[in-house]
Amino acid sequence: MAKTASPATPSTAPRPSRILEGTWIPLVVFAILAVMPAVSVALDDSFLTLFVIRVMIFAIAAVSLDLILGYGALISFGHAAFLGIGAYGIGILSAEGTDEGLIAVPVALVAAGLFALVTGAISLKTRGVYFIMITLAFAQMAYYTTTSLSAYGGDDGLTIWSRTEFLGHAILDDRTTFYYVTFACLLGAYLLCRMIVASRFGRVLTGAKQSEVRLQAVGIDPYGYRLVAYVISAMLCALAGVLLANQTEFVSPAYMGWHRSGDLIVMVVLGGMGTLHGAIIGAAAYLVLEEVLQDFTEHWRLIFGPILVLVVLFGHGGIVRLLSILSGGRNRG
Amino acid sequence: MRAAMPMVDDPHRTSEVRHPVSMTLFAVQLLNGLQLGVLLFLIAAGLTLVFGVMDFVNLAHGVQYMVGAYLAVVFTTLVGNFFMALVLAMSAALLIGLLLEVTIYRRLYDRDHLDQVLATFGVILFLNELARVLFGPSPLTVPVPEALSGAVLLMNGLLYPVYRIALIVAGLAVAVGLWLLVTQTRIGMLVRAGATNARMVSALGVNIRQLFMIVFGFGVMLAGFAGFTAAPILSVEPGMGDSLLILAFVVIVIGGIGSIRGAFFAALIVGLVDTLGRTFMTDIFKLFLSPSAATDVGPAVASMLIYILMAAVLFFRPTGLFPAKGS
Repeated sequence: MAKTASPATPSTAPRPSRILEGTWIPLVVFAILAVMPAVSVALDDSFLTLFVIRVMIFAIAAVSLDLILGYGALISFGHAAFLGIGAYGIGILSAEGTDEGLIAVPVALVAAGLFALVTGAISLKTRGVYFIMITLAFAQMAYYTTTSLSAYGGDDGLTIWSRTEFLGHAILDDRTTFYYVTFACLLGAYLLCRMIVASRFGRVLTGAKQSEVRLQAVGIDPYGYRLVAYVISAMLCALAGVLLANQTEFVSPAYMGWHRSGDLIVMVVLGGMGTLHGAIIGAAAYLVLEEVLQDFTEHWRLIFGPILVLVVLFGHGGIVRLLSILSGGRNRG
Repeated sequence: MRAAMPMVDDPHRTSEVRHPVSMTLFAVQLLNGLQLGVLLFLIAAGLTLVFGVMDFVNLAHGVQYMVGAYLAVVFTTLVGNFFMALVLAMSAALLIGLLLEVTIYRRLYDRDHLDQVLATFGVILFLNELARVLFGPSPLTVPVPEALSGAVLLMNGLLYPVYRIALIVAGLAVAVGLWLLVTQTRIGMLVRAGATNARMVSALGVNIRQLFMIVFGFGVMLAGFAGFTAAPILSVEPGMGDSLLILAFVVIVIGGIGSIRGAFFAALIVGLVDTLGRTFMTDIFKLFLSPSAATDVGPAVASMLIYILMAAVLFFRPTGLFPAKGS
């Protein structure tokens, strides 16, 4: 366990170069994101802002997944379900006439949290490949449930006629405001996960990943810790769903399709698992790649599929590791 | 695809279902459920063996089912004869499966589950898209073979298509054959031993890679067979294997990973529960809800039924009904 203690803990000897090495990437990432609307204005490219909002929304979802995947080694293949529940929370409440964010957002997050609590309580009793299949199956259950919600569009999805308001102010209608709200959510989610990972709770989570037996030997049962982490992760992912529903002004069962869950894992691994900022970079890389390949051919998956296989076979550690090698840092893999 | 499982495209259906005798409807749905169960077994058997022996999570197993269905389209048009086409398609399905094994999967056996999931996910994206490029996005159909067309009267008022009966019989025959192979032959013994403790089998001097090639090839052909035989009653389209793959996961989780017997019983249970649930859940809810509420709630609950079943099984038996791995 001592090996994985994060650099932030005072008990480990200070290694200044290592600490700097760990922080320059997220600082650069957030700095770039912070000035993006200005860049977009300078380039007179309004698509850029919309695209980066989308990147940040998926980055929130990917960071939430990295919390349990990278630090808890819990391969959740159903994370898109939480994205979808968050989005449907907004969609259904809006269809019922409630656009007030102070009601709708907590309701959407709590709904995802409850779903995670129930399904997590069952799936976390199992290990390894069972966990992969069960999270996948539960997400599929959520997917089929939404397709049969005929009152809320069923298969066709649900159009959201007005975006979420806060105390009666439709602040999300302004693009720049929407951008910075999303930015703040991403920064908040990132810092929250950073704190969790550095805390005693986080160390139990990473410890359980290394050796459950040793952890139990010192009197800690990781089940409860994993469940709490699973619920937190689900609620953060639902926050991404809330934003996604507002950006697209539409929700559909496809939001929680199993391909979407696969995409989220790809983002985390592509960026660099177990680093949190890697998930942000991974989300950006995935969506940029999708955009570029889509320009090239409508059958972009024909190229993306083999790229994914190659990344898995030869690219261990993701983009973050590549960056730290390029910057002369030590091999963190 | 799952909603299409009850005999949507069957002209014989309406003639007997209109009868007020709900016993007939029940019998038809029982047969349909059995048929879905048999189909699921063919897919789950390969998946569970591959995982049991090699600890390899192959998401792309569902794609092999799609490959089988598209090969049915290709070879029935090329050859004309359904059974000749079946033989050719099985050989082609095996070749495609082994090609993937040699080029990609082989490099993944020593990796962790996450890498296996991601790489095979990439294979799915590629092959689904390839099917779309080669055959177009719209669904294709394969004619029912002449020899197995028509319907037979099973009981008073119950007319059931011959082809569907043939599917059930063929599936059950494969299940029996597989059972004999696994329990009565030397190779079957090695497979069972491999599923229980692969390292020990390897230490005893068995070439586990070669054993795995055989198991993998077998699994690929079973999935291809399922796809081929389902092609005349379902629409053949890109991504058709995905939903069946997830159902097959549910099956092997319920049955216990690595267990053929578990896969068989779980497949039948899932097939029956899903089919009967979709047919009767709305009527059941009408017993204690208003008709409009029942039509809203019924389908939603029906589609959740097998997942609830899975959760219940896991709650009481976390390793499934027939766990194969020695504890």
